[in-house]
Amino acid sequence: MDVDLITNILFATLRTGTPLILIALGEMVCEKSGVLNLGQEGMLLMGAVVGFMFTVITGNTWVGLGAAMIAGMAMSGLFALLAITLVANQVATGLALTIFGIGLSAFLGTNYVGMGIEGIGPWELPLLSDIPIIGKVLFSHDPLVYLSWVLFALIYWTFRKTRVGLIIRAVGENPESANAIGMPVMKVRYAAVLFGGLMTGLAGGYLSLSYTPLWTEGMSAGRGWIALALVVFASWKAERVMLGAYLFGLASIMHLILQGLGFDISPNLLAMLPYAATIVVLMVIASDAMRSKLNTPLALGQPYRPQL
Amino acid sequence: MKNRLELLGITKRYPGCIANQSIKLSVGEGEIHALLGENGAGKSTLMKIIYGVVKADEGEMIWEGHQVDIQGPSHARQLGIGMVFQHFSLFETLTVAENIALSLPKEKTGSLNELKQKIVDVSQRYGMKLDPDRYVHTLSIGEQQRVEIVRCLLQDLKLLILDEPTSVLTPQEVNKLFETLQQLSAEGCSILFISHKLDEVRALCHNATILRAGKVSGDCDPQQTTTEEIARLMVGDDTPFDKQFTKVEGSTPCLEVNRLTFKSEDPFSTPIRDISFTVRSGEILGIAGVAGNGQEELLRLISGEEQCKSEAVVLNSKPIGKLHPDQRRKLGIGVVPEERLGRGAVPNHSLAQNTLLTGFLSGLSRFGWIHYHKVRELADKIISEFKVKSDGAGAQAKSLSGGNLQKFIIGREILQHPYLLVCSHPTWGVDVGAALVIHEALIRLRDQGGAILVLSEDIEELYKICDRIGAICDGRLSPIHPTDQVSIELLGQWMTGEFDSSSSPAEMQETSYA
Amino acid sequence: MLRLEKRPSDSRLMAYLSPVMAILLTLFSGALLFAFLGQSPTHALYTFFVSPLSDLYGWSELGVKVAPLMLCALGLTLCFRAKVWNIGAEGQFIIGGLGGGYLALQMGDIESAWVLPAVILFGALCGLGWAAVAALLKTRFNCNEVLTTIMLNYIALNALLYAVHGPLKDPEGFNFPESALFSDYATLPSMFEDYRVSISLGFALILLAVIWTLLSRTMIGFQISVLGEDAKAAQFAGFRAKRLVWLTLLLCGALAGFAGVSEVTGQIGQLTPYISPGYGYSAIIVVFLGRMHPVGILLGSMLLGLTFLGGEMVQMEMSMPKSITGLFQGMLLFYLLACDLFIGYRIKLKSSAAKAVTAGS
Repeated sequence: MDVDLITNILFATLRTGTPLILIALGEMVCEKSGVLNLGQEGMLLMGAVVGFMFTVITGNTWVGLGAAMIAGMAMSGLFALLAITLVANQVATGLALTIFGIGLSAFLGTNYVGMGIEGIGPWELPLLSDIPIIGKVLFSHDPLVYLSWVLFALIYWTFRKTRVGLIIRAVGENPESANAIGMPVMKVRYAAVLFGGLMTGLAGGYLSLSYTPLWTEGMSAGRGWIALALVVFASWKAERVMLGAYLFGLASIMHLILQGLGFDISPNLLAMLPYAATIVVLMVIASDAMRSKLNTPLALGQPYRPQL
Repeated sequence: MKNRLELLGITKRYPGCIANQSIKLSVGEGEIHALLGENGAGKSTLMKIIYGVVKADEGEMIWEGHQVDIQGPSHARQLGIGMVFQHFSLFETLTVAENIALSLPKEKTGSLNELKQKIVDVSQRYGMKLDPDRYVHTLSIGEQQRVEIVRCLLQDLKLLILDEPTSVLTPQEVNKLFETLQQLSAEGCSILFISHKLDEVRALCHNATILRAGKVSGDCDPQQTTTEEIARLMVGDDTPFDKQFTKVEGSTPCLEVNRLTFKSEDPFSTPIRDISFTVRSGEILGIAGVAGNGQEELLRLISGEEQCKSEAVVLNSKPIGKLHPDQRRKLGIGVVPEERLGRGAVPNHSLAQNTLLTGFLSGLSRFGWIHYHKVRELADKIISEFKVKSDGAGAQAKSLSGGNLQKFIIGREILQHPYLLVCSHPTWGVDVGAALVIHEALIRLRDQGGAILVLSEDIEELYKICDRIGAICDGRLSPIHPTDQVSIELLGQWMTGEFDSSSSPAEMQETSYA
Repeated sequence: MLRLEKRPSDSRLMAYLSPVMAILLTLFSGALLFAFLGQSPTHALYTFFVSPLSDLYGWSELGVKVAPLMLCALGLTLCFRAKVWNIGAEGQFIIGGLGGGYLALQMGDIESAWVLPAVILFGALCGLGWAAVAALLKTRFNCNEVLTTIMLNYIALNALLYAVHGPLKDPEGFNFPESALFSDYATLPSMFEDYRVSISLGFALILLAVIWTLLSRTMIGFQISVLGEDAKAAQFAGFRAKRLVWLTLLLCGALAGFAGVSEVTGQIGQLTPYISPGYGYSAIIVVFLGRMHPVGILLGSMLLGLTFLGGEMVQMEMSMPKSITGLFQGMLLFYLLACDLFIGYRIKLKSSAAKAVTAGS
């Protein structure tokens, strides 16, 4: 293997891992508050299609990205309305959100399939990007990759050091107690769910505006689900989300590596890799029942409505 | 004495019931005021209204001479009201300091290190040792209560509300708590003390308000009023008082637990350490203990929800430690778990279906085919024999009151004629009438030769119905002696784990029978 | 002011009314959507929901859609009643079709009446085996079944793609990603002459009755419902959760696999990349809409089947995107979940609530 190939692989790993980071960090915040939103795939596709549409219409990728975030947030608002205000089953609501999102995004995007846009280009950070290898791998990305690092740092710090982090954890552990000592449980949960939607919408925008950049039906290819598994893998810890996302990024670009090494394997078989890897990872993590129990937010998935 | 708090005409309605109706109550500065009442009388609702967790439908609240409309718990705390909940409002995976920080206004906490220092200072001043860095799930129940109290003391406290604070404490801990409360009262802090235990109220409180069925049924000075009078105010004229039951000696061993040691996978559970005891046919054995000391694990090991070494649990000379709950039921074990709704009964299922839940071995199904008419018959029989108030066998379990559901569950287990009945907290949260029905049913089963094991936090109850008594602490079992030979002080010592005398528990148990 | 109030016990009426309300709301939203797109709402709704069923051929086509939907939904009903969130009917369907199709191609030259039963049985077993993976992952490794079954769906789809692009591609098929046509001995006969609907619909109806009996009259059905409603009670009663998880998943896998193999040996007659238009996912909606009750499942399958036909119809007649089907299905599930609130809660005017209670006590 030559240096160029390795550089390219690492560069692509970071790019591929970025949408997973965005989704998984958002969902992690949401789950920490006790809400399980399985609708990631639907929100992701909505983010992707709406971002793409607005970019085509306005010709400005940043407007598109903003629209993608709003679309993701609107979808998560729908989820919150059902699962939080109307105390619907969170698993069923999440599935509904996914089915709805897949349908709606396909419907909205019908006329946009195959269109081309000028995607978000890389920002080569001055000086840093000139460092050999590391400069290419770490500092020649598009801005969303850098943003994912900033968001990671922010979330890491929030849960480590701040009162806000403490409140989110408290609400996710025991909403009755939180309500009894006067925390606005519903508001905290709404905020967490909306934040998750915003992040997933952003990830969708990244896919259609930078990663590919184009729109096709179902282009998320299960990334929303993989990110959900990633949160479990990470035991609800931000630093492990980063690690996991990049490992998955690596698994997803396996075909690049294998082609680079001269192997000829069917692309359909290689496409199974990230999904199979997800299952293996879940197996390894979840079989340690003790640890998953200690780390899982205790009230995860349980609807709660304060009695007034 | 000036009034600190005055309630006028407080009314709160819930669908199907009126929790509080025109409640009038006043508490003076430095006064320790008891709020007495049966389970379900509306005490907790009233306290939640004062603390702003629940909003009253009508009535006004006067705080230090001014009418206030409490917006929520943080508003109440600003005014100087603190509350210690019956089910603690603590977060198990956070530390003591983090828990306390969450309930204080941001500007009061300062840095976490400053807060820790304050916690240590306050806890020392009031004699409640507390380590701010420990995780709450590693604390005992008594220590968790201290966290709740210290949390209140860190603010400018003028009124402290305690909801049934002694039900989770050992007798020694209760004395310690009372000292703290008296110290607070002497400093001018008012205290609202909710309880249903008359002797405690008499020992501590200056005044008492008694609630019955959501209304004030009387006010009194507990030191000047007889127990009989207060009890009448609590339960009304038409409810019969408790009965006394005679103590008996059992016959042959029914359940034998031999050197049972167990550690569950659940990180929040208590390990069982080398427990041995025997329950004989025709006796009730009671095990006292503060919640979380291994009662739950012990019950699960006997019921079969957890399995252990085969010989560690023996029923009628047959080792059953490896058997599943249904297999053990077949051999004659009935179980009444602590959680009625959501373990003892399926909330959304009808009473008929809930009869089938544990009754499927007694001829209600054949080759996997359910005979629903038989299920219904048995359900109707339980409902009539145990006076279960419900809309019939088709009613959902969740629509029943706690007491009626408990009567149903106990009836379901007893009507299957078990050799051994294991009950956890048989009358917890149940009104006096239902408690009496339940106690009588247990005594009847005992007199018919059934072996009964009762696990309870309610010491009074254990003294009333048990023939022999012991205590569990941190997964270890005290000696077991005939109830009339165990003083409440001794039982209290056992509950705190002070039972390592020269002889081993097994020997002690034998001598008590010699 | 309006406020929500918990009912003391669930409303049976609302449990049955909720799907009706959801359907009406979906129709209403659909009308708005069509109007927004500049179409006449009545005409569009008529084209979508009524015109597909204007003749016997249309009803036969509905049967074509109902059979796989119902089979998958029956399997999912078992799982969901036990709160085993198996989202994998789609994958089990595909693997059933792929496995059965593989055997049918291998037995291509054999002329025997046993070919078809062997193919069908093998397909069902393949579906069962695929579900067994999820069951093993859940019971042995404690993995969340939602995530594993979704992953297994993606893997199954890629396996199908691999097969039709590679080893099972018809060598004489002009390089299209399709297998050769199955022989007549490996083709499921039609139920009626001249109509496409195959006898799998008849099997589906029989299985409906079987599963209804299983759920309502037997201890196994009772245990499944206890496990789903209250896992602690199931443990307390001594019902073995792991066995029930295995049972429900395997049965669902077999049913979905049967649906898959019936689809490829019935209407399609070969393996293609598009053997499922998402039956396994739509069946999830059928289960919720049908209240996990067999009769409801039948009605729900018919409605969802109709949305597939309606999607094709508006595409042909009004040149609107076919994806409108997915949109309608998603909307339906959303409205349903929202309406289900009223099973456990009721809305009260704040002031009148107080009066009502006072009067009642």
